[in-house]
Amino acid sequence: MSKQADIIISEHEANEGSFRNYVSGFVLSIFLTLGAYLMVVHHSFSADKIVAAIVGLALCQFLVQMLFFLHLGKETKPRWKLFVLLFMIVIVLILVFGSIWIMNNLNYRMTPEQINTYLNNQGGGF
Amino acid sequence: MSEAANPAISLEKSNADQTKNAKTLFGFWVYIMTDCVLFASLFATYAVLHRNTFGGPSGETLFSLPNVLAETLMLLTSSFTCGLGILAARAKHKNKVLFWFLVTFVLGAGFLFLELTEFRHLVITGNSWRRSGFLSAFFTLVGTHGLHISIGLLWLAVLLAKITSKGLSKNNLRQLTLFSIFWHFLDIIWIFIFTIVYLMGALGK
Repeated sequence: MSKQADIIISEHEANEGSFRNYVSGFVLSIFLTLGAYLMVVHHSFSADKIVAAIVGLALCQFLVQMLFFLHLGKETKPRWKLFVLLFMIVIVLILVFGSIWIMNNLNYRMTPEQINTYLNNQGGGF
Repeated sequence: MSEAANPAISLEKSNADQTKNAKTLFGFWVYIMTDCVLFASLFATYAVLHRNTFGGPSGETLFSLPNVLAETLMLLTSSFTCGLGILAARAKHKNKVLFWFLVTFVLGAGFLFLELTEFRHLVITGNSWRRSGFLSAFFTLVGTHGLHISIGLLWLAVLLAKITSKGLSKNNLRQLTLFSIFWHFLDIIWIFIFTIVYLMGALGK
């Protein structure tokens, strides 16, 4: 490989992450993990508040790792990786919350009496 | 004409290499994103089924949090050492690469060992995937992640053998980069398993 090519490649790779990047990502992730863990173990708030807090911490850690380990912030235009990521997030949200919504609805509409009538009409129980 | 004598030609060649690398990386990124959709469907299944314990135990009584914290820290550290390995690979320090990726491998294997111990314990105490809808969803979600980790370890072992015997080629460097993306991604999935399955399970939510 010629010198010029070496220079181009090292310049290209220089903006993909440095030692400091990885260390700060690692330290932040450890803090976020331990924070969530200690909150659950000590149980100092009501359960609902803790759930909200640990979900928040998990989302923070998702961001931290995307930026410091996968170097998403350093992508140059056009940001195809970011576009695919955002599309994935949309699909995931529809899939997860759609499923929960539909199944809760079914649960709500299917009262125990209705289930018994349904089973009797089918000609038997369990 | 030799390559060194004509920088323009070698520059063109390296540009072509780079385009090819960028395409491979992007293709792998798209695969990772579709894998996220697979995990999302398993998370949705878990969210729907996690209260259906059918009279059996719930997560509150089953999960041992210190064990799970150890697993989490091991996977997190292995993700970090994997990043250090990539930095060493860019600097072309073969021994450092072997060292950091070996550490990654050992931590990953330790994670897998702890997970399998937990699974074994659950099955022996009669709480296997056949016990309830909750446990079926639990084993499917966590097991799929464990399967990914196993495949990652196999891939890493092959890469380490290749680097030991043939040194750090451009090919190996690309493979290592792909592996590191895969490994960081598994770490990210695990954060959500840790939070949603274990921590929220321990809170009884």
